[in-house]
Amino acid sequence: MKKKSLATLWLDGCSGCHMSLIDIDDRIVQLSESFDILYSPLVDVKEFPEHVDVTLLEGAVSTDEDLEMVKKIRRQTGMLISFGDCAVTGNVPAMRNKFELEQVLNRGYIEMSPDNEIIPDQYVPKLLDKAYPVHHIVHVDLFLQGCPPSADLIFDALSEIAAGRTPVLSGRTRFG
Amino acid sequence: MSASVKIKTLTIDDRHVGARENQTILEVARENGIEIPSLCYIDGLSAHGGCRLCLVEVTGIPQLLPACMTVVEERMEVSTQSERLRKLRKNILELYFSERNHVCSVCVSNGNCELQDMAGETGMDHVHFPYLYPDLGVDITHERFAMDDNRCIMCTRCVRVCDEIEGAHTLDIKDRGIETRIITDLDQNWGDSETCTLCGKCVHVCPTGALFEKGKSVGEMSKRRQFLPYLALMREEKR
Amino acid sequence: MTPEEFKKIGDAHRKKRKDFPNNINVCTAAGCVSLHSEKVKEALEGEVKKQEKHKTCRVSGTGCLGPCASGPLVSINDGQALYAGVTTDDVPEIVNNIDKNPVKRLVVPPDTPFFAHQKRVALEHCGKTDPESLNDYLAMDGYQALYDTLTTMSPLEVIEVMVNSGLRGRGGGGYPAGLKWSTVEKAVGEKKYVVCNADEGDPGAFMDRSMLESDPHSVLEGMAVAAYAVGASQGYVYIRGEYPLAIKRLRNAIRQAEKSNLLGKHICETPFSFDVDIRLGAGAFVCGEETALIASIEGHRGIPRPRPPYPAEYGLWGCPTLINNVETFANVTPIIRNGADFFAGIGTEKSKGTKVFALAGSIKNTGLIEVPMGISLREIVYDIGGGIIEGRKFKAVQTGGPSGGCIPEEYLDMPVDYESLAKAGSIMGSGGMIVMDETSCMVDVAKYFMDFCRTESCGKCVPCRVGTAQMHNILTNISRGQASMHELQLLEELCDVLKHTSLCGLGQTAANPVLSTIRFFRDEYIAHITHKTCPAGVCTIEPEKETVS
Ligand SMILES: Cc1cc2nc3c(=O)[nH]c(=O)nc-3n(C[C@H](O)[C@H](O)[C@H](O)COP(=O)(O)O)c2cc1C
Ligand code: SF4
Ligand code: SF4
Ligand code: SF4
Repeated sequence: MKKKSLATLWLDGCSGCHMSLIDIDDRIVQLSESFDILYSPLVDVKEFPEHVDVTLLEGAVSTDEDLEMVKKIRRQTGMLISFGDCAVTGNVPAMRNKFELEQVLNRGYIEMSPDNEIIPDQYVPKLLDKAYPVHHIVHVDLFLQGCPPSADLIFDALSEIAAGRTPVLSGRTRFG
Repeated sequence: MSASVKIKTLTIDDRHVGARENQTILEVARENGIEIPSLCYIDGLSAHGGCRLCLVEVTGIPQLLPACMTVVEERMEVSTQSERLRKLRKNILELYFSERNHVCSVCVSNGNCELQDMAGETGMDHVHFPYLYPDLGVDITHERFAMDDNRCIMCTRCVRVCDEIEGAHTLDIKDRGIETRIITDLDQNWGDSETCTLCGKCVHVCPTGALFEKGKSVGEMSKRRQFLPYLALMREEKR
Repeated sequence: MTPEEFKKIGDAHRKKRKDFPNNINVCTAAGCVSLHSEKVKEALEGEVKKQEKHKTCRVSGTGCLGPCASGPLVSINDGQALYAGVTTDDVPEIVNNIDKNPVKRLVVPPDTPFFAHQKRVALEHCGKTDPESLNDYLAMDGYQALYDTLTTMSPLEVIEVMVNSGLRGRGGGGYPAGLKWSTVEKAVGEKKYVVCNADEGDPGAFMDRSMLESDPHSVLEGMAVAAYAVGASQGYVYIRGEYPLAIKRLRNAIRQAEKSNLLGKHICETPFSFDVDIRLGAGAFVCGEETALIASIEGHRGIPRPRPPYPAEYGLWGCPTLINNVETFANVTPIIRNGADFFAGIGTEKSKGTKVFALAGSIKNTGLIEVPMGISLREIVYDIGGGIIEGRKFKAVQTGGPSGGCIPEEYLDMPVDYESLAKAGSIMGSGGMIVMDETSCMVDVAKYFMDFCRTESCGKCVPCRVGTAQMHNILTNISRGQASMHELQLLEELCDVLKHTSLCGLGQTAANPVLSTIRFFRDEYIAHITHKTCPAGVCTIEPEKETVS
């Protein structure tokens, strides 16, 4: 069977889901028979490829850069997977959402760091008014729940996709 | 109970079942191992009819009926799992999650939560409605328990158990619509309540992480509710 | 009271009225009172004395005369002339001309289409009697219907008349009144109750208020007849606290009726006893829903519960309870007095009789109207209402308030009856009718009603509690030009969820204003969403939000 191309990345997330991905251990060898990892924090490629078959996207969409990125990924991806709770629900990054953006920035840059007096407006991405779950911005094809999703779940889901099937995950995951 | 109890026969999901008159569809279904989802209903307390998850279809009736409050009738044909019901239930659950701030990964009830379970059971794997992110607080003034409005789904189990079983009526509801909140006494701090008997029943009937024992951390709060049907039965017999 | 006494009082009072060849009736219902009709009345009384006509001319207060917006209204010599917009400056001339030609500049021509197309049944006494006088009511054959039913008819016969009349509940649902009465009659219970629903929470509706302010005795009499028919001994009028004048007049009427043995123990010396008490609501719209209303009377939080069981079987304190709307009860005595056929002869096949509407919006004549069922919307808007103001273009008629919809031009010739209105995506409702012209934005209208539902939702069930808030947010985004077509789709999806899963009528119908505006005015939604403009120029379009695409 022809190998599928895979990309993985994180936006506003803690990289925990990627840790869980690595936790599939030696089964990664098995997966590498079905997938070419074209783009990932785990490989050294700077630009998101023109086209990938499957993207595992960890994290919420929180900044203007995230926003551009997620749109680009959607354009250049066949099957987009929300990878983990931050991508699926907003989760921890979205805990700031009940506050005004200004309050959040103040808290982060001024109140919490006594030596700092300004909120930077250069060199760091601009925060959006809220942190969004990925599917509130672009269409998502599959939701891999968990904080983080278990290694088994990730492996099984990818194996199913490799075999050309849509993974059925209900009963194996816990929402939120 | 009166001397002669009439028996009704009906079908639930094409299964023939017998029921005592005055039994509700939900009771009969559960007796027969047919699971109808619900969040506000709990054995031992009066039915509330507010969570809308136990809505079922009954042949010949255009509206959906809440199984927890609909009394069986002879030859009733009940359907609990149609495609339409499944879709509506998913939507209702999504509305629950969109309403307040449910962050399971940092919640005391993560893994022991009926709302979370319900999402799993109905296959709801994402919320496609916008989240409302209300600005809500936590009342930690009580010596043993805490109330987190962010996780409350307004099922009123706590209000009912406090009133119907404990008899304290410490808890009640204030305001309307999206602004409704559970309050203690006259909207005072729980810690200042003079009516609360510290019995903890509310904490244990609460389906979510809204009511919990202090000192519990993420995922540590599991609820024990076996006492409820027993207490309810005892009260019934005393009457 | 015996028939002789009835007759005696009636005759005496009629004679007394005849002793005054001239009379002046000043509207003292809330509409005119808010335009200071009380001052006009005082001035008239003073002026009559001053011109020494007080032996021949009687000045009294009366109920609603109809074209409320042109108040204060004054009726001369039992309707010989109707004056509109009367001020204290006009008073000397009015009194001076009382037995001569009417004062031309004040006169509302009697053949104006506003009146010509109306038919008064429920409002038969409004504007003809003094709402604070029992004698006035008796002089109009008041309480005769009650007396006759108590002395000559069996409860089942009364119900039969009601069934044959075809009267349907006027509170919004249109459930056949006779059938409901019959169910309550059959229901078994230690005690039974009759409840008059005067909560009237639809924004802009004031039919029930006007009826209670103008003719409280006819509602009480209707309730008593109903109580006799279903076997109830206690009645309640559940009325919103924001209606002080109606409450005052109702209280007064109850006291008068009790004194004259028309309410209370052994009414008219028959075995039938019936008491009526008033319960005040605090203005929650949902408390008009019958099960919430019951909870509220019982002293609980006013929230609905699922039906069945219906109140007819399991109502106040678990007892069989008949709940009808004010207007439903106001129709009872005319039906009893004139027979079922009289009533069934008016209206359409499935919608009998008349309907009272509070006509408002962009038309020349606004006010309280009563029309035969089956009249076309066009007649109401253009004949009774006098057409659209300032030569603008008609856009839609809104009926049924937050539970109803907006009916566009192409349905204007449709007859006004329960079924046709439902087919057009609206409902009859309790009688609010708002006419809108091209300067109204349909998205804005939908948003307004959704805001109403959102704040009035009782919060018991999640689809309504959260759904209305979600829908209001989406409508706000659309009106600001900040929404996408995807959100329109979400909106329609939410409409479906609310309709099918909400517990009570509030949530089940909250989507109607949205659904009907999307159905008939989809282009206006699209204009806001894709072209970022509000065609009516109502909504303020804001810069695109940076975040969501
Ligand atoms: C949210 C809601 C509000 C209502 N408000 C009123 C009201 O203000 N007045 C009224 O008569 N009926 C109201 N109703 C209808 C009542 O529930 C009930 O059907 C009615 O009073 C029955 O009287 P009828 O058969 O004479 O119409 C309301 C219903 C709902 C669902
Ligand atoms: S209450 Fe339940 S659903 Fe809500 S955050 Fe806690 S675990 Fe999650
Ligand atoms: S606190 Fe818990 S039991 Fe009480 S209403 Fe909220 S979710 Fe239900
Ligand atoms: S539909 Fe709305 S008003 Fe009716 S019970 Fe539900 S929340 Fe309350």
